[in-house]
Amino acid sequence: MHTFGDPTVWLPFVFAALMGVSILIYVVLDGFDLGVGVLFPFAEADEKDRMIASIGPFWDANETWLVLAIGLMLVAFPAAHGTILTALYLPVTIMLIGLILRGVAFEFRAKAPAPQKRTWNNAFFAGSLMTSLSQGFMLGMYVMGLEWSWINAGFGLLTAVFLTVGYSFIGATWVIHKTDEHLQRKAVDWAKGGIWGLILGIGAISLATPFVSTRIFDKWFSWPEAAYLAPLPILSGLIVVWLWSMLRQMPFANDKWSWLPFVAATALWIMAFGGMAYSFYPYVVPEQLTIYEAASAPESLFIILMGTCIVLPTILGYTVLAYTIFRGKATELRYD
Amino acid sequence: METLLLSRIQFAANISFHILFPTITIALGWVLLFFKLRYSRSGEERWMEAYRFWVKIFALSFAMGVVSGITMSFQFGTNWPGFMETVGNIAGPLLAYEIMTAFFLEAVFLGIMLFGFSRVPNWLHTTATFLVAFGTLMSAFWIIVLNSWMHTPQGYEMIDGVAHATDWSAIIFNPSMPYRLAHMVLASFLTVSFLIAGVSAFRWLIGGRTEGVRVALRTAVFGAALLIPVQIYVGDMHGLNTKEYQPAKVAAMEGNWETHSGVPLVLFAIPDEEARENRFEIGIPKLASFILTHDWNGEVKGLNDFVTEDGEVLHPRASPVFWSFRVMVGTGMLMLLVSWTASALILRKKRGVEGLPKPMLYLLVGMSFSGWLATLAGWYTTEIGRQPWLVHGVMTTKEAVADVPASLVLSSLIAYLLVYAVLLIAYIYVIFFLARRMSRGEAIEPKISPSHAANPRTMPAE
Ligand code: HDD
Ligand code: HEM
Ligand code: HEM
Repeated sequence: MHTFGDPTVWLPFVFAALMGVSILIYVVLDGFDLGVGVLFPFAEADEKDRMIASIGPFWDANETWLVLAIGLMLVAFPAAHGTILTALYLPVTIMLIGLILRGVAFEFRAKAPAPQKRTWNNAFFAGSLMTSLSQGFMLGMYVMGLEWSWINAGFGLLTAVFLTVGYSFIGATWVIHKTDEHLQRKAVDWAKGGIWGLILGIGAISLATPFVSTRIFDKWFSWPEAAYLAPLPILSGLIVVWLWSMLRQMPFANDKWSWLPFVAATALWIMAFGGMAYSFYPYVVPEQLTIYEAASAPESLFIILMGTCIVLPTILGYTVLAYTIFRGKATELRYD
Repeated sequence: METLLLSRIQFAANISFHILFPTITIALGWVLLFFKLRYSRSGEERWMEAYRFWVKIFALSFAMGVVSGITMSFQFGTNWPGFMETVGNIAGPLLAYEIMTAFFLEAVFLGIMLFGFSRVPNWLHTTATFLVAFGTLMSAFWIIVLNSWMHTPQGYEMIDGVAHATDWSAIIFNPSMPYRLAHMVLASFLTVSFLIAGVSAFRWLIGGRTEGVRVALRTAVFGAALLIPVQIYVGDMHGLNTKEYQPAKVAAMEGNWETHSGVPLVLFAIPDEEARENRFEIGIPKLASFILTHDWNGEVKGLNDFVTEDGEVLHPRASPVFWSFRVMVGTGMLMLLVSWTASALILRKKRGVEGLPKPMLYLLVGMSFSGWLATLAGWYTTEIGRQPWLVHGVMTTKEAVADVPASLVLSSLIAYLLVYAVLLIAYIYVIFFLARRMSRGEAIEPKISPSHAANPRTMPAE
């Protein structure tokens, strides 16, 4: 085990990276299907069916990335897991109830008697909204250091709205890719509205983070770090401008490039996330607990890592398989 | 009420709700695979008819299982942080392997199983069905390993109050794991058998006498009749194992206060925790000694042995364990009676399902959810019987609880209970709604429009 250097140093780092990647995959993948739920009230009944069909085969696996992220935190950084989740008890509960509602509404709306379908549609929307809002709130609270105060909660409310709009944006880009004709044009409009949530959200967090902690401030605004980091905001800005001009011309002839907005949105997500990870490293509980202090025993981490090296590529492999099988425009969702 | 009690109630409520659905999906996945293979082999439409109906119940149960399971994994952090801080080095890897080897497998292939029939070759669809079934079984395996380790821990050492793994094969193959796994998987198959038998009997009664209903009903009744004796045998072995490792639990199950020989098997009693004795006891002399030690005069430990010199009680409360055990065993006996009688009626003069008289069909409908009752009662026996320990002999439940205000736990508890009540009603309602609709001969899915049927991918992606 010591052949790769000191395991109490590299193991926590590897696990922090794995956890980060799972969270990132989660916010992109469940982000789009939560977003589709948030957009529900804007769609007509038959459009709702198509929107559901576009996420039907995927949402379960998408949510599993959340289970993995939380599982990795649970196993690799048990102390942090307890601290963070007890501090966020209320939003976590709201999120869980939201996830329950939307997950089951998915099945019930297709199986319950027709008059009840409306109710389950509403439950799907409400659940998606609760989940997105509470995740955004938790993000804001985390950035502010997990202390409950009026200012922090206020900031949390702000990020709650921004993240929700951001999810609806990535959801809209998914709908652009998976549908055509009228609904697709509608989704382009949704995306044009939603992109603001993303911009404001990234902006608010980028502005707030350095001022919460001088440590983070120094990380960003001292020379030469600032020069290395400059491409991150500049590139993000360019992508936003490009996305905007592209959305204004969509849909393109023959439905070319319908997947581009989704890919660009994902790129934005990755950069925003990278910036945050850079700010908070090496802390897992902001300014309180580093990943090295919070890590489990190296023997246990090593056991998990061995499995991960084999299993993770397999998971990625069959995830790709599923997305390939269900590629193309969403048709009716049929159970056979 | 204080945080500890509320957190316990909340945990019990959440896991009780959660386990209802895995209990169905673990076995139903394999039953669906069986239907599918019978269809592929014989080409008979009736197997596919049964498949098509039950796959819908499966999808619904699966969704319920997933969302309530996510709640479970967050609870460790929100309510029981002490658990992971003390035994995280052991529980962590087990949970991680469950997520990686089971949850992703199920979740990804579920999409293909449910919606891929017309998009992928038949063999791939069958494989997906198999992988989903296999995934649920893996999931049960890992979580049962962890749960069993909490009952019979070994293969670890304590350093500064934190458990460190020393021997993984000892941890995984801990003494109660094989019994608990076998007992739980059988419980799942029995639950599904009675669910299928009950719903099919319901469809039969309201006039939906199709071939698909007929094969499902027969398969379920025979399955139950075959499995229930095995379950009773495994349960007995499980109890003997528990007697060795958790004697206090067995004493509570038997309602036995004083250690003595020639212990009677108590059929009815009201255990009185204050007086530390049973009231209104009715028992069969010496039978408990015989079952537990295979000797009519064998000595069996009583609860009074688990009170320390200074009066600290190290055994669970007797009455909940005593009663839930009786509910489970009672349900098991009823299952034996019903499934054997029904099988005999079906086999008699080869009359098939027609041979079942109306009262029998009504009885089967009434027992549709008997598996849930026995399973919950079994888990209550097991889990309450472990108290006051969380991990037997290592840490108590009190030590693990989070420092969250009681009012907060109370509000989350109320919210969960409301949601669960609504969902449970909706779930049962929808099952019988689908059954009724099938019996009226209505298709239970939207018609395929011709263009889609001809070309499922209306417009391939660029
Ligand atoms: C991985 C661990 C694990 C697993 C698989 C289970 N349990 Fe458990 N159970 C616990 C871990 C646990 C616990 C964390 O250890 C609790 C929480 C509080 C406590 O007293 O023990 C507990 C308590 C607990 C209680 C309350 C007992 C009391 O406080 O008096 C009930 C009724 C159940 N469980 C029921 C179940 C059911 C129905 C399960 C079926 C799936 C189950 N448990 C599986
Ligand atoms: C404290 C204990 C438990 C925790 C933390 C837990 C956690 C979870 C989670 C997070 C999921 C959802 C996974 C997904 O996203 O697909 C899940 C589903 C599942 N769980 Fe549990 N679970 C517990 C107890 C049990 C027990 C005791 C069993 C079986 C004996 C079980 C069997 C399953 C199965 C088969 C699934 C697959 C989904 C389904 O069948 O509906 N779980 N569980
Ligand atoms: C009729 C004979 C039965 C006997 C003698 C029996 C015995 C037992 C015993 C002794 C336990 C407690 C194990 C422990 O924690 O120490 C147990 C638990 C349990 N029983 Fe049974 N059982 C019977 C029938 C059933 C039936 C019919 C079902 C469900 C369909 C069932 C489901 C369970 C479950 C889910 C548990 C908890 C998990 C476990 O610890 O295995 N049992 N059973």
